[in-house]
Amino acid sequence: MTAPTHASARSEGPGWVPQPGVSEPSVGMNVELDTGDMVLNLGPQHPATHGTLRLVIRLDGERVLTADPVIGYMHRGYEKLTEFRTYPQVTTLINRIDWLSSFANEVPFMDAAERLMGIEAPPRAQWIRTTLTELSRIATFLLFLGEMGLQVGALTPAFYGFRDREHVLNLIEAATGGRFHPNFNRIGGLKDDLPWGWIAETRATMKIVLDACDQFEDLVLGNEIFGARTRGIGIIPSDVGTAYGVSGSNLRASGVDWDLRRDARPYLAYPDLDFKVWTHPDGDSYSRYWVRLQETREAARMVLQCLEGMPAGPIMAKVPRIIKVPEGEVWVETENPLGQMAYYVVSKGATGPFRVKIRSASFSNVSILPWLLQGVFVPDVITILASLYFILGDIDR
Amino acid sequence: MFALDIGWGTTLAIKTIVILMIIPAGALILGYVFLLKVMSHMQSRLGPMDPGGFHGWYQLIGDGIKFLQKEDVMPTKADKRVFAAAPAVVVLSTFLVFAVIPMGPDLVVKDLDIGVFYALAVSSLSVIGVLMAGWASANKFALLGALRAAAQLIAYELPLLLAVVGVVIQAGSMSLQDIVLQQQNGEIFGWDFIGNPFILTQFIGFGLFLVASQAELTQTPFDMPVAESELVAGYMVEYTGFRFLFFFIGEFGTAFGFSALAATLFLGGWSIPGVDGDWANILGPGVLFAKLMIVAFLMFWVRFTYPRLREDQLQALAWKFLIPIGLINILLTGVFKVAF
Repeated sequence: MTAPTHASARSEGPGWVPQPGVSEPSVGMNVELDTGDMVLNLGPQHPATHGTLRLVIRLDGERVLTADPVIGYMHRGYEKLTEFRTYPQVTTLINRIDWLSSFANEVPFMDAAERLMGIEAPPRAQWIRTTLTELSRIATFLLFLGEMGLQVGALTPAFYGFRDREHVLNLIEAATGGRFHPNFNRIGGLKDDLPWGWIAETRATMKIVLDACDQFEDLVLGNEIFGARTRGIGIIPSDVGTAYGVSGSNLRASGVDWDLRRDARPYLAYPDLDFKVWTHPDGDSYSRYWVRLQETREAARMVLQCLEGMPAGPIMAKVPRIIKVPEGEVWVETENPLGQMAYYVVSKGATGPFRVKIRSASFSNVSILPWLLQGVFVPDVITILASLYFILGDIDR
Repeated sequence: MFALDIGWGTTLAIKTIVILMIIPAGALILGYVFLLKVMSHMQSRLGPMDPGGFHGWYQLIGDGIKFLQKEDVMPTKADKRVFAAAPAVVVLSTFLVFAVIPMGPDLVVKDLDIGVFYALAVSSLSVIGVLMAGWASANKFALLGALRAAAQLIAYELPLLLAVVGVVIQAGSMSLQDIVLQQQNGEIFGWDFIGNPFILTQFIGFGLFLVASQAELTQTPFDMPVAESELVAGYMVEYTGFRFLFFFIGEFGTAFGFSALAATLFLGGWSIPGVDGDWANILGPGVLFAKLMIVAFLMFWVRFTYPRLREDQLQALAWKFLIPIGLINILLTGVFKVAF
């Protein structure tokens, strides 16, 4: 059976949309057995929405006619709050945007402030930042690799995901003092140097992570039922994905070779690292899982490279005691685990930012849902939600 | 051994009490061994291994006490009587199955001539309870779950039946006691020291039976009716406390019943080579229990490993693969029965 192209699927309107593996109901049957639509409220309290996303789904039987995401149940007003904080205080807030990879959130904001001030963190600080960013990427993706299994019905991978992530969180905690919200970056560097023995510990843990990836490949990706549930489900063509602003692994799974670690203005130690940007041509849920699995491995290899090439030296640049950022504005974007994370910081020369616009990845990734969910079955809604992998804090901010 | 000279009514009362005790006990044993312990080992869970010291023995007791303490919530718009009756209907079918499963040469509540037919028929009564629960809950998730359950159980009755037909042909009887005796006294190509457990000749039927019973029990990979990540808990979503406990007992009791049925049909039931007469009556229940635990382990192993299929994929699996395989199995069995 050939999968219909999405262009043709759209042109048929909101009624029956062709899906791979589903034959079209005959017209006569449809008239006779015409059923009323049912509106199903998926969320805000639903295990598949990782928090408080609400989807208002109009169903015909189990087939989705329309799906409208309703967001804002967790809106905390961070963009406004930043205007009443000083620069060093902002990291506490932005830690909680994407709470699974808090450290990665801090990096672009610090980068923005440093660029406005015209200072640069010393190389060792940059390399440690890179290491911790990649560690938080591993932590986030390990959870995804398990969580996705849970959402398609296999309970066991979720526990393995949590178990293996714990090793990585321990490393982050050992270095920064916080498992989830490190608040470790300072303008011009880092709070502390790495603790003694941390590098050896990290090397050992990366082996655990790589083994865990092999295990997930066997247990989840190699499973026939998993393939049947995810292949050809929730296909995002590359042009549609780009148009909706989908970014990160979701877009790379659609075959777009775009990674800000490589393609953006060079930041952190990424120009010195040797890594591969993984893409997959299919754009379905399966390929999103596959890409994240490969990226977890790649991140583990990058961490090993960072440990290998970690320069010596100070971890803080010379920074005035009271930080005042000169007037100016700057746009800094980074490749975060969930996708493109960016801050647009406007400074009027005060101790705090005048305005901060936060571009978070999940917000754009979720915006494709009304388009993507048309015509799929209820179980596929869950698969697609899981494979897009959003964090509610990252949507609502 | 002596025969007890007691009246018909007393015998019936004793049998009823035994059955009423076996099912909850079996459900609890299965829940404890598999849901709490085997699953904890497989999933490297720490929680259920912790309470009470050794191997977390206290966990199940704690869970039970928790269930009893919960408030009994009933949705305002629920159909009150149906809502209350549904868990009982689900559990009832479990009790009825056990009435025909022999636990020894004389230990059987009622050895019906059509025991297999009866067991499969009453086991599908539970779907009525599930539909009642889903409809009466006045909840869309529950309704979706109940309708999925109904569609699924109808589709999987057939492979289950076809899987058993092979055994019935080979044994030449539908009485479960006869089937056990056939296996005990049978021979394979002249060898008779382990009898002839039908799994050796009906291995296709055994596989089919396991797959189909997995669907009947709504366990992963066929757990769409409960699907906790989609429908939260399907038809059980509005049930709390004691009523939920009933569903829990029903779920594991049915798993117990189906394991016992599979053990009886394919693994020789209570029979053990070289044991006869009174000793078989004494050892029988233990032997049956050991065999059914093996079957249950297979079922739960699959449950803890696989993801969930989609409803249409499940139907395709049933109609395109399981039913044709079942028919071929019957054909082969018939040919061999006539040939040998």
